[in-house]
Amino acid sequence: MTKARIDARFAALKAEGRAAFVTYVMAGDPDAATALEIVRGLPGAGADIIELGFPFSDPLAEGPPIQRAAQRALAKGMTLQGVLDLARAFREGDADTPVILMGYTNPLLTWGYEAFARDAAAAGIDGMIVVDCPPEEAEPLADALDAAGLSLIRLATPTTDDARLPVVIRRTSGFVYYVSVAGVTGVKSADAAAVAPHVERVRKASGLPVAVGFGIKTPENAAAIARVADGVVVGSALVDEVAEALELNEDVTGRVLSKVNSLAKAVRLARRSLTAV
Amino acid sequence: MTPPAASRELIVNAPTRPNDYTAYPDASGRFGDYGGRYVPETLMPLVHELDAAYRAAKADPAFQAELDSFLTHYVGRPSPLYLASRLTDHFGGAKIYFKREELNHTGSHKINNCMGQILLARRMGKTRIIAETGAGQHGVASATVCARFGLPCIVYMGAVDVERQKPNVFRMNLLGARVEAVTSGSATLKDAMNEALRDWVTNVHDTYYLIGTAAGMHPYPEMVRDFQSVIGRETRDQMLAMEGRLPDAVVACVGGGSNAIGIFHPFLNDESVKLIGIEAAGEGMDTGRHAAAINGGRPGVLHGNMTYLLQDRAGQITEAHSISAGLDYPGIGPEHSWLHDVGRASYLTATDNESLEAFKLCAQLEGILPAIETAHALARIGDIARDVGKGGIIVLNLSGRGDKDVGTVAAHLGMQI
Ligand SMILES: Cc1ncc(COP(=O)(O)O)c(C=O)c1O
Repeated sequence: MTKARIDARFAALKAEGRAAFVTYVMAGDPDAATALEIVRGLPGAGADIIELGFPFSDPLAEGPPIQRAAQRALAKGMTLQGVLDLARAFREGDADTPVILMGYTNPLLTWGYEAFARDAAAAGIDGMIVVDCPPEEAEPLADALDAAGLSLIRLATPTTDDARLPVVIRRTSGFVYYVSVAGVTGVKSADAAAVAPHVERVRKASGLPVAVGFGIKTPENAAAIARVADGVVVGSALVDEVAEALELNEDVTGRVLSKVNSLAKAVRLARRSLTAV
Repeated sequence: MTPPAASRELIVNAPTRPNDYTAYPDASGRFGDYGGRYVPETLMPLVHELDAAYRAAKADPAFQAELDSFLTHYVGRPSPLYLASRLTDHFGGAKIYFKREELNHTGSHKINNCMGQILLARRMGKTRIIAETGAGQHGVASATVCARFGLPCIVYMGAVDVERQKPNVFRMNLLGARVEAVTSGSATLKDAMNEALRDWVTNVHDTYYLIGTAAGMHPYPEMVRDFQSVIGRETRDQMLAMEGRLPDAVVACVGGGSNAIGIFHPFLNDESVKLIGIEAAGEGMDTGRHAAAINGGRPGVLHGNMTYLLQDRAGQITEAHSISAGLDYPGIGPEHSWLHDVGRASYLTATDNESLEAFKLCAQLEGILPAIETAHALARIGDIARDVGKGGIIVLNLSGRGDKDVGTVAAHLGMQI
């Protein structure tokens, strides 16, 4: 399965003529049970691909929203084992939606790359994004993921020039994640016009779909990116909904899913309104 | 399905003692299995750019000449090598020498590295300097060189450290730097480093990250070591001039490890010279509240490098605890991890209380207020002097002065000042 699930999803959406809507939520935020409820609700609310953050104590590429989400999850005892349990429980009810784990090296290293890749594949995970493991350090990880049939999804960024791009996309499969801004998650906002040529460049070089993330918060923003990219990733804006619901003592799942809903609509209608213009 | 306590990847290759200890790191920034460049992709091109710029500077005699001139006339080098005769008599063992890094401009060894890196930043055309600091010594040294060269300086400092090192915060402000109090995580040095890295990832074009210790991603551990090695080179020459032979042991406190590697490195291939680093044992190794990465941690990845780290079974980084803000860090530079594994250096510990005692003893017998970081090394110097024995010679890197710590020391002695 695994890699195949990601490829099948992008192929189906391409046939539909629209971009994928990729939602990032933190496993265990605000607690394991609610996070599972949220993840189970994501496809129904319009998510095409699920990125599941696994918490790390020192997430150095994250802005305050995801930092705090990781801290909430860790405070509630979330572990990598808990993340796999969540994925497995989700997979029992959904055979098609790709699930990608996103996080940092040290917890994986502690588990062991090979063992973790096997256990993740068995739990129904399709791919991994490891933020602080650049190509220079990722050979052992890439070998382990290959052996288990999982995709290694790499990040290309505004600092990835043409000379470096081949290094970044080597051993990448499923899709390439284009980081729309130089910065941490959830702070600067993405500019579709600035991003478009980079998406094209990465698509050409890799032959893979390109999803864009970091700094996409509003439906308008999501729609603009959906017109130029193969996927739109939203994370901090969803995690912010968790924080706000907790603060206002509201229904966390309901708040997150209704945000997903409005963003998903924008992504779905983006290219139609383009032809209508 | 329970995760194994330690991964297969972590079973490091059987460490072999190399023919030349100074031949590391390799081109990928590894000291054995330690080091590397575990940074987000956005930073990778910048790290390569820095590496290339540093190699070019290292090979350029004009760069070295400029650095030497500033070290002589601005920093005040060479620093003296001083025979601490009353402390020697007190312990009744080997002769104890102090390498007087606390006499440098700004009061610690940190300025050696800052001078080198600021000249490099200028060569690279960078116009904005960021730094992290724990005790504030590196922050002060960074603010100082930025003032000297007219560059804006932002110093990230954990909110806890801002509180316990107030005099240094004020000094940084006087020097024109902006101090950003970091409240995330444990609000100490590791979080300050996270925040500095987040700044760098956001300001990729104009910003130079001036790391203050021999840790982080390649090339920092090598570069900081090279800039601090002036300590060991001078010590070697001074010792040969004063005693006609090499010392039997060289001792230094270890936070990230820059003052230690600086004095160790020129002795690495002199295997008769014992190299001893002292980690902070905080409230005691058995309490779990310490900052001893080698003695109480295991290998992992944080802040761009593979090294010994304080972490839980699941690979989450745990908080370090030390009376000393400059040692209050859950990691250690990768070269120390490797020197430990291959057995070329050994790493002992000293508790908060032992360090406070050593602080007082040094003040009373030698008329020198040591930094509380340095006091950790002083806390083991008696044992080492007795071990080496009469007729032997040891050198302690007196990495900094203790003026910044009088408030902390007073508080622990139950006094108001
Ligand atoms: C005087 C002094 N010594 C030692 C240290 C520890 O750092 P390192 O291990 O890099 O020498 C510090 C750090 O702030 C310091 O101020």
